[in-house]
Amino acid sequence: MTNGVREITYVDAGVEALREEMLRDETLIYLGQGIGPRGGNFRQTRGLWKEFGDHRLRDTGICELGTTGVGIGAAMAGSRVVVDEVFLDFILEAMTQVVQQAAKVHYSSNGKIKVPIVIRGAMGSVRNAGSHHSHAFYAWFAHTPGLKVVVPATAADAKGLMKTAIRDDGPVLFIEHKGLYNTKGVVPDGEYTIPFGKARICREGDDLTLVAVGRMVQVALDAAARLEQQGVSVEVIDPRTIVPLDRKAIVDSIRKTGRIGIVDEAPAACGFSGEIFAIACEDCFDDLDGPPLRICSLPAPNPFSPVLENQMIPGVDRVVSEIQDALAS
Amino acid sequence: MQGPAVASTQETGLDLGLYKGMVELREFELKVQELYRDGKLPGFVHLYVGEEAVATGVCAHLQANDLVYSTHRGHGHALAKGVPGREVMAELWGRSTGCSGGRGGSMHMYAPEYGFMGTNGIVGGGIPLATGAALSAQLRHSGQVVVAFFGDGAVNSGSFHESLNMAGIWNLPVVYVCENNLYATETAFHRATKNTSVASRAPAYAIPGVEIDGNDVMAVYDAAGTAISRARSNGGPTLMECKTYRTVGHHEGDPGTDYRTKEEVESWKRRCPLKSFRERALASGLFAEEHFAEIHREVERWLQDAVEYGRTGPDPDPDSVLDHIFCDEQEHR
Repeated sequence: MTNGVREITYVDAGVEALREEMLRDETLIYLGQGIGPRGGNFRQTRGLWKEFGDHRLRDTGICELGTTGVGIGAAMAGSRVVVDEVFLDFILEAMTQVVQQAAKVHYSSNGKIKVPIVIRGAMGSVRNAGSHHSHAFYAWFAHTPGLKVVVPATAADAKGLMKTAIRDDGPVLFIEHKGLYNTKGVVPDGEYTIPFGKARICREGDDLTLVAVGRMVQVALDAAARLEQQGVSVEVIDPRTIVPLDRKAIVDSIRKTGRIGIVDEAPAACGFSGEIFAIACEDCFDDLDGPPLRICSLPAPNPFSPVLENQMIPGVDRVVSEIQDALAS
Repeated sequence: MQGPAVASTQETGLDLGLYKGMVELREFELKVQELYRDGKLPGFVHLYVGEEAVATGVCAHLQANDLVYSTHRGHGHALAKGVPGREVMAELWGRSTGCSGGRGGSMHMYAPEYGFMGTNGIVGGGIPLATGAALSAQLRHSGQVVVAFFGDGAVNSGSFHESLNMAGIWNLPVVYVCENNLYATETAFHRATKNTSVASRAPAYAIPGVEIDGNDVMAVYDAAGTAISRARSNGGPTLMECKTYRTVGHHEGDPGTDYRTKEEVESWKRRCPLKSFRERALASGLFAEEHFAEIHREVERWLQDAVEYGRTGPDPDPDSVLDHIFCDEQEHR
């Protein structure tokens, strides 16, 4: 294989990562609903069942509680496991297993039992799926000691971070964005992993730092491009993993720009945006030229009406205007 | 070892080793009760008094690398699976010498080196974990059998249903052991479900179900032998319902009489699994009081050692509170 680059989709990048890891580690199994012959609701396991069979890819019923617990139990007993919730929303059926069991077993066993499991689900709003299929509650997991939380924004990150997640000996929440699955991105040929806790500087700038994850990274970049035309230089940072968080990259950027904004598909209260806000205040209080700015989803269940949902979730127009207002004040 | 000659299991159908196992579990729990009431042990404890025949009869068949997933009432399961009494006692004391270094305590106690994969503070929480361990064992061709213990309080949960369904379709090497002690915390089983036969639910998953007198250790032993052999020979899962009773409260501090009559508790005390074993053994004429006296002396010595180990063990280093949250903690602290 040549050591070049290709453009593939975010979802196919994940399939490549899974395939490589399944070849690399024969103890790796994949559990979920519709992930076998069907290849996944989002095509996120396309072709894998044909290659690896029922032993490695286990189709389950629609029973996320049992399936997630089975995955955790298998991981405790010597397998390496990916459990696919398909829609992240469905993990609500299984939260007791994620929070009460997976997150705690290594700690409570005094480090004797490892739980090498990736719990995968697709978050966020896409095509007005309505309030039961659109949540962006990744911060809940970051609030639970013992869980790592990955939120990839690009195809290359989806692949490299998935491989790192699978090789991790503890539980990792791997939270993709449904709206990104069919986006294409440049992905290196061949083997690579991306370490957790290393932010990606998506765009350099001098006037304001914008932090975003998942689909909001592109919203931030589009807003930055528009602001540049108005003479505002925005730096965009994608932490890529919420736990562990690259605090240093965020702090360094704030010290350079003197201003910080967070674009978040989740509501503001008690969330990821508040955590970045706190870091800015704790570590950069004297460097700030203005208060941190939170540009978040409005605190409503995702409404079905496209007009209403567009009002709820941050878009480029809103990000641009809120930054303009902040800079003007 | 130096006691009087003992009649063989073949002659009597009774195994004195099982009796000794039950005595260990009983005496251990009575000692925990005493220590707890004296304010020596932190936290909460749920005692296994009255149910000893189940863990003893089941675990007697298990090999060292077989796995057990337990419950909030799990001290007996841990001891029966081979976790040293010292380490269990030290864990209840929160000592660094406990089997989980004092991080777990009664309801989150793990000793994987003995195949003990955890007590569990969540009713039904261990059932999917055991099912997954059985899937792993099957896929790794490890030959391991997995046992899930749980009470009647767990069988109306989604965890029970979803797990047995998957174990059935995948033919997993797991034995589900329901300790039906008739009360889920304080709620009588018949007040929570119309079909009060747990074993009768097995056909819904196309797996074998069997109802056993859970206070008869030999009956448990025989049924568990069948179920564990079936699991080990690729014959799939079994649901065992062991009818039993806790003759103490739900947790230490619960008098256990608000929702149960004294007559009912007394009637089950008369069916004590240790007492009934002993009566049968003596009636057979093949065992003498001295056999039992020697067992009790041995258990008393074992228990004294365990208590001393727990009492005098060091507490964890306070600065270790963040250890083991992640596997690669140095990197992510």
